[in-house]
Amino acid sequence: MKPVLLIDFGSTYTKVTAVDVEAGCLLGTADSFTTIHTDIGEGLEKALEKLHAKTGELDYAARYACSSAAGGLRMITSGLVPELTAEAAHQASLGAGAKVLKVFSFQITEDDLEEILRINPDIFLLVGGTDGGNTECILHNARMLASIPFDFPVIIAGNRTAARECERILEGHEVHLCENVMPKFGVLNIEPVRKKIREIFLNRIIHAKGLSEASELISGILMPTPSAVMRAMHLLAKGCEGESGIGDLIAVDVGGATTDIYSMTDGMPQDASTVYKGLPEPFDKRTVEGDIGMRYSVHGIVDAAGIGRICQLSQLSQERVEELLELLDEHKDMIPESGSDLEKLDFALASMAIETAVARHAGTMEETYTLMGLTYVQSGKDLRHVGQVIVTGGSLIRTTRTGEIASHALASPAAPMSLRPLKAEIRVDRKYILAAMGLLSEYEPQIALRIMKKELEHDGYSEQKNS
Amino acid sequence: MKKKVLVIGVIGADVHAVGNRILYHAFTEAGFEVINLGVMVSQEEYIAAAIESAADAIVISSLYGQGELDCRGMREKCDEAGLKGIPLVVGGNIVIGKQKFEDVEKRFKDMGFDRAFPPGTLPETTIEALRELLHMEEEA
Ligand code: B12
Repeated sequence: MKPVLLIDFGSTYTKVTAVDVEAGCLLGTADSFTTIHTDIGEGLEKALEKLHAKTGELDYAARYACSSAAGGLRMITSGLVPELTAEAAHQASLGAGAKVLKVFSFQITEDDLEEILRINPDIFLLVGGTDGGNTECILHNARMLASIPFDFPVIIAGNRTAARECERILEGHEVHLCENVMPKFGVLNIEPVRKKIREIFLNRIIHAKGLSEASELISGILMPTPSAVMRAMHLLAKGCEGESGIGDLIAVDVGGATTDIYSMTDGMPQDASTVYKGLPEPFDKRTVEGDIGMRYSVHGIVDAAGIGRICQLSQLSQERVEELLELLDEHKDMIPESGSDLEKLDFALASMAIETAVARHAGTMEETYTLMGLTYVQSGKDLRHVGQVIVTGGSLIRTTRTGEIASHALASPAAPMSLRPLKAEIRVDRKYILAAMGLLSEYEPQIALRIMKKELEHDGYSEQKNS
Repeated sequence: MKKKVLVIGVIGADVHAVGNRILYHAFTEAGFEVINLGVMVSQEEYIAAAIESAADAIVISSLYGQGELDCRGMREKCDEAGLKGIPLVVGGNIVIGKQKFEDVEKRFKDMGFDRAFPPGTLPETTIEALRELLHMEEEA
């Protein structure tokens, strides 16, 4: 036996997963509360005790960890045009597992500077202009930044013509030059920035956040948790040498405060008669819905779905729903009992969280009647052919109605222009292993993939529904 | 010398793609850097592309006859977006049927276009006009 320990320091829970890389199987998982305010090692010790109670003492050959504790990797980005370089910067940061607190476009103002100081991000990503294109905006924004006292690293990944000058303007600060996120019009180049973000995360941020106290316990690399999940999903879709993947997929992580969506698919138009509009999309795309979550962001779900649908799905009266929502406001840690009204409400909330978040992630198809007849214009990713939906998050793992909730990720006749999967197999991450498998994939991709294929439980097969 | 940057595309719901491709190659061949937005391009798309790439001119094609409607407000939007004074040119079959081109040209100039070209304008003529408009002769 050769056990390896994988740790995810989450914002609420520290989750541990033990894997035997010799036998290629999961040994066990456990969790405990994250203890960021005292010593992060405490929560880890507790989780390990629980784990070892199940598995017996283990002598680990390696320990690898990822983290989203202490607010995660907090970033601000600034670009030029909202739909172009500003969006490219946003995409690059999300793809690196960051929590993007603010996206500026065009010129930064004095009010924006106040906000930047208040947020005090872990990294600031400064972009704008294609190579040889606009320099005015990025230079202005560099000067504005230089006028305030700040202490975070800045990545410059805009028009290369302006890069060195931006560096000089920001002299005295930690500055990293990187390739342009959009070197040519309509060409996305986000991988170099993703890499750079991860490098900075490793070298600097884990220390700043007090995570290094636990580092003597950990032999391997650290990355933000969403970045680990992203790797796991990429591997699961694409496969690796010696083990095939399961094909194009989307993954949904419904959390307490936010909902993350990952899609692993090309998503470009399938036929020549469709015109594509907007920025090209990355194969591996992550979006985060900050207003969609099961406890801290329930009101965002209700706003998006409408109280009517929540009542209909939960089969509760509006008065009862409102009463329960108030209760949730006061008690964010409530977990529903089986058969309770809260369980019914959670069913409706989770269903609508998934529907809203996937609809926002997916592209749309617009029909335009031209004089010649119907023409189609696609913007964003076409997920209609995606055949696998992976779901995770407490509200989906605990319930027995996972498949029913997850089917809300799929296309619906009520929203024919939304390019969501038409029919898909649904799999649930009941043991919470996605981040752990992302970490493991760095060293033992084949084993990580095999474990995922085995452990992600099938939970039905769904097609378009009528609701 | 830095290449002049052109943003080109066919405006509105127009799907005539052949002329657009010909112009892309002709302009590139003539030494321009060309950002081709293809067919069915909205005013906003031209403007966004021109901002990021610091374009020297926007070249609009319209073939299906609705050019006048599609081009309305383009100059004002450019002004609004900070592209003050960017040269705007338009050509193809910009209006329906046979109309006196002087009248058509005047209407487009009143809308803020620098140049409007009649049907059948050859790529060479177009390139020459762009060189003149962008004062490239003097610089070369
Ligand atoms: C092929 C074609 C189609 C194909 C297009 C296929 C495709 N995806 O490309 C299809 C069948 C889809 C089609 C549809 C329609 N078409 Co049609 N089509 C033509 C046709 C026969 C050829 C166009 C072409 O490719 N020409 C060859 C290229 C090289 O020339 P070009 O496009 O004109 O471009 C050159 C110049 O115009 C110029 N130029 C272009 N842009 C600019 C810009 C500037 C600044 C300058 C200086 C010059 C310039 O340089 C280009 C290169 O040399 C023309 C008639 C014709 N012979 O021109 C009609 C024509 C353009 N169509 C016409 C019409 C009305 C339509 C429809 C509305 C309905 C219909 N009658 O079928 C629909 C509209 C669909 C839509 N939403 O856009 C009319 C337009 C009438 C008008 N403007 O007054 C034309 C002129 C036919 C006619 N005489 O009635 N069409």
